[in-house]
Amino acid sequence: MSGTGGTLRRIALGALALVLLAAIWEGYKAVGPAGGVDLAGLQLLPRTTDLAMPHIHEMIARALEPVNSSAGSAPVWTSVLLAALSSLGTASVGLLLGAVVGITLALVMQRLPIAETAMLPWLVLSQTVPLIALAPLIVSWGGRVQIGALEWERWMSVAVIAAYLAFFPIAIGALRGLQSPDRNHTELFHSYAAGWWRTLLYLRLPASVPYLLPALRLGAASAIIGTVVAEVSTGAKGGIGRLIIEYAQSGSSDPAKAYSPIAAAVLMGLAAAGIVALAGLGVKRYRRNEVTA
Amino acid sequence: MTTLDAVHVNQATKRFEAKKGDGVTALDEVNLTIRAGEFVSLIGPSGCGKSTLLRLIADLDQPTAGSVTVFGKTARQARLDQDYGIAFQSAGLLPWRTVAANIELPLQLHRVAPAKRALKVAELMSLVGLADFAESFPDQLSGGMQQRVAIARSLAESPELLLMDEPFGALDEMTRERMQTELVRICAETGAAVVFVTHSIPEAVFLSDRVVVMSPRPGRIVAIVDVALGEARGEMLREEEGFFDSVTEVREALHRVPGGAGETVRPDGAARGVDLR
Repeated sequence: MSGTGGTLRRIALGALALVLLAAIWEGYKAVGPAGGVDLAGLQLLPRTTDLAMPHIHEMIARALEPVNSSAGSAPVWTSVLLAALSSLGTASVGLLLGAVVGITLALVMQRLPIAETAMLPWLVLSQTVPLIALAPLIVSWGGRVQIGALEWERWMSVAVIAAYLAFFPIAIGALRGLQSPDRNHTELFHSYAAGWWRTLLYLRLPASVPYLLPALRLGAASAIIGTVVAEVSTGAKGGIGRLIIEYAQSGSSDPAKAYSPIAAAVLMGLAAAGIVALAGLGVKRYRRNEVTA
Repeated sequence: MTTLDAVHVNQATKRFEAKKGDGVTALDEVNLTIRAGEFVSLIGPSGCGKSTLLRLIADLDQPTAGSVTVFGKTARQARLDQDYGIAFQSAGLLPWRTVAANIELPLQLHRVAPAKRALKVAELMSLVGLADFAESFPDQLSGGMQQRVAIARSLAESPELLLMDEPFGALDEMTRERMQTELVRICAETGAAVVFVTHSIPEAVFLSDRVVVMSPRPGRIVAIVDVALGEARGEMLREEEGFFDSVTEVREALHRVPGGAGETVRPDGAARGVDLR
């Protein structure tokens, strides 16, 4: 049981980790040689110049300043936040799509053992295809899609790529969950003459919740990585991926700026994990474990 | 329907084929008739096929040869018609459902109207003495209480036949005796026939009208002991002479069983496979 004390403790530990990370950064920057540490021509530790490792307070200060010198330019943090929200929206669509596909695949594999043997290797294989190679393909296929009034937009390709990454952990987790009821329970349902559908509804789906939640958390993280990478490789506008590239390009003159979108990407991951954790609270009763006599 | 025999097993053979070797004959041409309302225990050393016989009656396995009828129907039809209730060694409750919802499960699966379900569940909970625990979850109950929920669940559809596979096997001796007394009472109230698989001779004698003694490799019935201790089975029964006579009779039948109590008698008189308590 983690009460309010446990929650506070976890928040404190999380904050401590952040402080520690900042201390290591600043500490190394203070004592490390400007040219970095290299061993036999191999760079082991980075340079500590302001260009390579800006001070943390500079990063924060830069986030509060306007994006560029043109008049009426918004502060960096607002444009980064807007981009992060837009990417989070795309990632959510991707996660949703991935969850639907993943759970459907798991249902098919649970229903037909032959499908499991036939499909599982392909699913594993699908995750070894480099995302970067896939992105332009999906964009070009998307460009040829026209369903009625629906115009295929770039962000949709990004969501599809995010789903491509997210469906895998969800499919595997859901399959394990659907197969988790032991013989004792499946035979009980058999003795009740309950068909596949009723067994699914009353036994397999509830039993799969403890497996599905961590799978969704993994899937959410994958969807965000997929979104950011896809935004970078498809050049989709408006998202955090685009800002990461844009700000990094100004790295030589404005090194502290590039860290804002990176921090925002981390925040996106935390937000996604938080949303899944909240969903987990709603299905708490399915996470009880039976204590067998 | 009560004039029909509850279970009729005719020349039932069950072989489990192995990929290599000869496979195992779990049951070899077994014949057994269980009358309506009769309490019959199946006892024997491990591997004698007593659980397999129960599974054939429940249609969880199908006989390789021979036939099993339940209330004059095929075992499959009886299962589809929900003519029996079943309880296993592990209670097998759904951890996300409350006690009441677990008992309700078979009724819900068979689309019984909610109002009717609630009535039946309340009735069953007081029958097994769990009325105060309706909203508890299984992990909040002791092993004995979980097993009581499982028994209440098996009674949910008022079956004429109860199949029980070592339901008290995992309980401590004290709880076990109390549960046995309760089961006798419950059976008297419901009038259901019971097929009860057990390792324990006193348990079999205490509960049963007849004790079926089985032998392993291949699984066969070697003796059927009529217990006839009468209707009133209270705690005192365990100390009566008739009880000990029947225990002795079952024990001696088991002694004649190869691989049973006779083969590996330990100094303390207990034996492998069968619980002589």
